[in-house]
Amino acid sequence: MKGNEAVGEAAVRAGCRYFFGYPITPQNEIPEYMSRRLPAVGGVFLQAESEVAAINMVYGAAGAGARVMTSSSGPGISLKSEGISYIAAAELPCVIVNMVRGGPGLGSIQPAQSDYFQATKGGGHGDYRLVVLAPASVQEMVDLVMDAFDVADEYRNPVMIMGDGILGQMMEPVEFKERPFSAPREKPWATTGANGRAANLINSLYIDPEVLEKHNLHLAEKYRTISGKEVRYEVVDPGDSEYFLVAYGTTSRICRSVMQKARETGIRAGLIRPITLWPFPYKALEEATRRAKGFLTVEMSCGQMVEDVRLAVCGRAPVRFYGRTGGMIPQPQAILEQLVSLVEGGV
Amino acid sequence: MKDVVMHYCPGCTHGIAHRLVGEVIDELGIAAKTIGISPVGCAVFAYNYFNVDFQQAAHGRAPAVATGIKRVLPDRVVFSYQGDGDLASIGTAEIVHAAARGEKITVVFINNAVYGMTSGQMAPTTLLGQVTTTTPGGRDPSRAGYPIRIAEMLATLDGAAYIARVSLHNPANVARARRAILKAFKVQMLDLGFSLVEVLSICPTNWGLAPQASLKWVEEMMIPTFTLGELKSPAEVG
Repeated sequence: MKGNEAVGEAAVRAGCRYFFGYPITPQNEIPEYMSRRLPAVGGVFLQAESEVAAINMVYGAAGAGARVMTSSSGPGISLKSEGISYIAAAELPCVIVNMVRGGPGLGSIQPAQSDYFQATKGGGHGDYRLVVLAPASVQEMVDLVMDAFDVADEYRNPVMIMGDGILGQMMEPVEFKERPFSAPREKPWATTGANGRAANLINSLYIDPEVLEKHNLHLAEKYRTISGKEVRYEVVDPGDSEYFLVAYGTTSRICRSVMQKARETGIRAGLIRPITLWPFPYKALEEATRRAKGFLTVEMSCGQMVEDVRLAVCGRAPVRFYGRTGGMIPQPQAILEQLVSLVEGGV
Repeated sequence: MKDVVMHYCPGCTHGIAHRLVGEVIDELGIAAKTIGISPVGCAVFAYNYFNVDFQQAAHGRAPAVATGIKRVLPDRVVFSYQGDGDLASIGTAEIVHAAARGEKITVVFINNAVYGMTSGQMAPTTLLGQVTTTTPGGRDPSRAGYPIRIAEMLATLDGAAYIARVSLHNPANVARARRAILKAFKVQMLDLGFSLVEVLSICPTNWGLAPQASLKWVEEMMIPTFTLGELKSPAEVG
């Protein structure tokens, strides 16, 4: 199944019945798939007039208690950032897919990972966090999309699936595993018409600074809970690794083959793959520093996640960065050369 | 309506407009299934006054939020309450496209020809020659363009089922405004399409006029630009 279509099918199987979106390459197969699929299961697909409108439709639908999704890419997510901030502030659950393309500006339609800062450090205004899940295969994209709806409902928080153009466009076999169907849970806070109960309010305005601070501290506490419980990562380590490649998504697949090549040349290489970009697996990296002689972070950007890697490693070992950007994909040989250079003492 | 003191400036007609919407909701007996959307601007706190479920929307985005709610809950009554800065400026795209799609929502659009909450800057509805804090010499069309007639503009769209402009400058017009708002809600309940009532309202604080003089200003200055009446009305609601 094509990655983008698999995202759509996974969402439907997770109980998502509402999709509001706006076309942008390279994620158009998601809204196209939803436009065919959702009406067949009694859901609603709506092509909004803009990304701004789409995310605010998501806000309304999520507030009304629905499982709802939107998808976009780079520049479109920038436009949605206003709404994402409001959704986070009003504590509404929803799933947002970003099939990242090259930027900044209009950039290109080729794959990139240069929206890492935007996804993990804000994007919109104010103190808020998204749970950001970064799949590395079409199968994992399916699994994570389904998990994303549960995580969003659990914490009443938007969850972002951060893929890239390659993952969206590639075809791989997928299995939609039998899993306990997590029916949309009771949402007594939703605005569905008061009908016998006190009126509900979905809001992000706290004009009294003391009250807003209290709300911000409440959100911060929630983000702390998420940081403690939702960290996901994969470590590929034969047990003797001295050097770790650190990469996520498509880049991690390239790094996996680099790791094998490195071992053929005698370099004891391992791989650490963050699956949640936020919360970031700081502890996994920190533990690796106990024996690691160095880290090589590889990204399709000019160096964004590497800042979190450096925070985790905290000077205990050299951290080198290698990236290609603008839609270019890091080649295994070039990564290997960087790794060799790190082993030979370069920092 | 909740029995609470409103935050609006003395003389402001938001209170009357709120009351009319509240009376209509009660008359139709729909409070238990109504969801309101408040804007950014003076009416942001509308949720404090209506005893129905409410969502607060980002500036201009209320029609998109209303769309999301209504598509999930098609048997509920969804209305947004928006000012002219919110609806006619930053939210122009959202209101035009909600109307074009024929979203079955009701919009109460308060036009007082000025940005109220941010303290009196030019709005898209500001009259030619009108002095605001950002048109200190009066609105000059060569620099600041012309006022937008939202009701006329939206009435051209096929998805718009009921479009009316009313005023609150005297009791007879308040009664007409009530009838228009009632009709707008009925249009939604009959699934006929998008409905909007533009309500000419006063802003004594930012106009720098006493309330009585403000009411007169609506009659003499605003109505010649913003003609009152029903621009579009389906036969089903008479």
